[in-house]
Amino acid sequence: MELTLFALVALAAVASALMVVIGKNPVYSVLFLVTTFFCLAILYVMLGAPFVAALQVIVYAGAIMVLFLFVVMLLNLRHPQKWDAGGSTRRWIGFATAAGVLLVSLAAVKGAFDPNAPLQPEMGNAESIGMALFTRFLLPFEIGSILLLAAIIGVVTLLKRDNSKVATKGGEA
Amino acid sequence: MTFSTAMTSLILKSSFAIGVVTFVSLFVLLAIWLERKVAGHMQDRLGPMETGGWHGWSQTIADAIKLLIKEDIIPDAADKPLFKLAPYIVFAGTMASFAVIPFAAMLIGADLNIGVYYLVAVSSLVVIGILMAGWSSNNKWALYGSMRSAAQMVSYEIPIGLSLLVPIMLAGSLSMGDLVGLQEGGMHHWTIFSHLPFALIAFVIYFWASLAETNRTPFDLPEAESELVAGYHVEYSGMRFAMFFLAEYCNMFVVAAVATALFLGGWYAPIPFLDGPDVGANSSMLTQILSNGIGFFWFTFKATMLVLVQMWLRWTLPRLRVDQLMHICWKVFLPFSFVNVLLVSLWIALRK
Repeated sequence: MELTLFALVALAAVASALMVVIGKNPVYSVLFLVTTFFCLAILYVMLGAPFVAALQVIVYAGAIMVLFLFVVMLLNLRHPQKWDAGGSTRRWIGFATAAGVLLVSLAAVKGAFDPNAPLQPEMGNAESIGMALFTRFLLPFEIGSILLLAAIIGVVTLLKRDNSKVATKGGEA
Repeated sequence: MTFSTAMTSLILKSSFAIGVVTFVSLFVLLAIWLERKVAGHMQDRLGPMETGGWHGWSQTIADAIKLLIKEDIIPDAADKPLFKLAPYIVFAGTMASFAVIPFAAMLIGADLNIGVYYLVAVSSLVVIGILMAGWSSNNKWALYGSMRSAAQMVSYEIPIGLSLLVPIMLAGSLSMGDLVGLQEGGMHHWTIFSHLPFALIAFVIYFWASLAETNRTPFDLPEAESELVAGYHVEYSGMRFAMFFLAEYCNMFVVAAVATALFLGGWYAPIPFLDGPDVGANSSMLTQILSNGIGFFWFTFKATMLVLVQMWLRWTLPRLRVDQLMHICWKVFLPFSFVNVLLVSLWIALRK
C-alpha cells in the first residue's frame, strides 16, 4: 500500500519535473513545477514530517511559484517561442554542469542513505525544527536572515532611486 | 488494526466527508439568499420575495438550476486544458480546508498536529487556481483580476499568518482540537477575551485581512464590477462559474470558522451552562451525539454570525484603491501584527 503510493507519487514527481524542462510553454513549466513541489510535500508526509511538507507547500507553491507565475503571465509568453539554444558548445557546458551537480549530490547523499533506517516522526515536527534552528543551526539561521534583510534593503534602495529619477524627468518635461 | 476496525474508520471518515459536502452546499444556498436579503434590507429594498413563497427562500435553488442547465462556453482563444482545470483547483483548495475545521469535539475530519499550517498551505492552491483561470481565459480583464487577486492574497497572507501565531503561541499547539479545547468554560476563557489586548488586536487584524483573502468588499478589487466586469471569472459560464461562486462562499465560511475556532471559543457556548453534557470515556451514544450536536450548533452559529458581519461590511463600505490596499497591508497590519507577536512572546516569557 505505502510502496504503491510512494511509487505513484515519485513517478508523478519525476514526470512533472521532466515536463518542466521539456514543455515549450513557460506557464505550463511553472505549473508542472508546482505539481513537483506538491509531490515532494506528499513524500515528506510519508516520511513522517508533515510540518516540513506544509512549509514546502506554503513557501514554494504558495509564495515563490505564485511570483514566478505572475512574472511569466505578465510577460505574456503565450506563444511558444523558439529559444536560442546557443549552439552545441553551450549545450555541452549545460550537460557537464548538470552532471557535475548530480555527482556532487550523489556523493553527499551516499553516506546518509540507508533504506532500512527507521522513521523518526519527532524529527519533522514544529518543536524539533524550532529547537534545531535556534540551537544547533543558530549561526546559519541568523546568516540567512541577514542575507534576506540585505535583499530587502537592496530592493528598497533600487526602487527609491528609480522613483526619484522618474520624478526629476517629469519635472524637467 | 484489524480489517473490521479499518473498515469502520473508513466508513466513518467517508460519511463525515459526505456530511461536510452536504453542510457546505446547504450553507452556500443559505448564504447567497442571506446576502441578497441583507443587501436588500440595507439598501431599503426587500430583496427576492417571489420565488418559493416565504421571502423568496428558494431563489438560490432556482439560480443553481439555471446555472446547471446553462451552456458551458469556452472561448476559442482560451487555453483549454487550464481553463477547464482552474475551477476544480479553486474548489478543491477551498474544500480541502474543511478537513481540519473543528465543528465539535468529535466532528473534526482530521485533527492534524499541524492543523493551522495545513489550512494556510491549502489556501495557496486557491491562488494558483485563480491565476490559472485569469491567464487561460485570454482576456485582459480576467488577467488583471487574477493578478490583483493573487497579489492581494499573497500580501495579506503575511498579516494573517502573524495574527494566527498569537493564539498558537498562547496555546502552544498547532492542532485545531487543542486550540479550541483550551478555551473551555465560558466567554472569559475564549482566547480573544482571556488575553485581552494581544488576542483582540490579532483577531481584528485577522478578520480584516481575511476579508482581503476572500476578495470581499472593501477589498474586492479583483472583482471590481465597474472596472473589470467580473475579474478572473469573467469568461466562465454555467457550472464552471457556479464552482467559483461556490468556492467564494465556502471561503467566507472557512475564514469565519478559523476565527471562531482560534479566537471565539470554537464549539463552546458563551456560558458554560449552555454547553452540551460532558463526554467521558464511558458515556452513552446518546450523550455523545447530544454533546457534539450542541457543540456543532454553537460553532456554526458563531461562524455564521461572522459571515453576516462580512456581508454587513460589504454593503456598508466602498471599495479601496490598489495603493490604499497595499498601504493598509504593509504599513498598518504588518507592523502592528509584528509588534503584537513580539509582545505576546515577551508576555509568555515573563509569565513563566
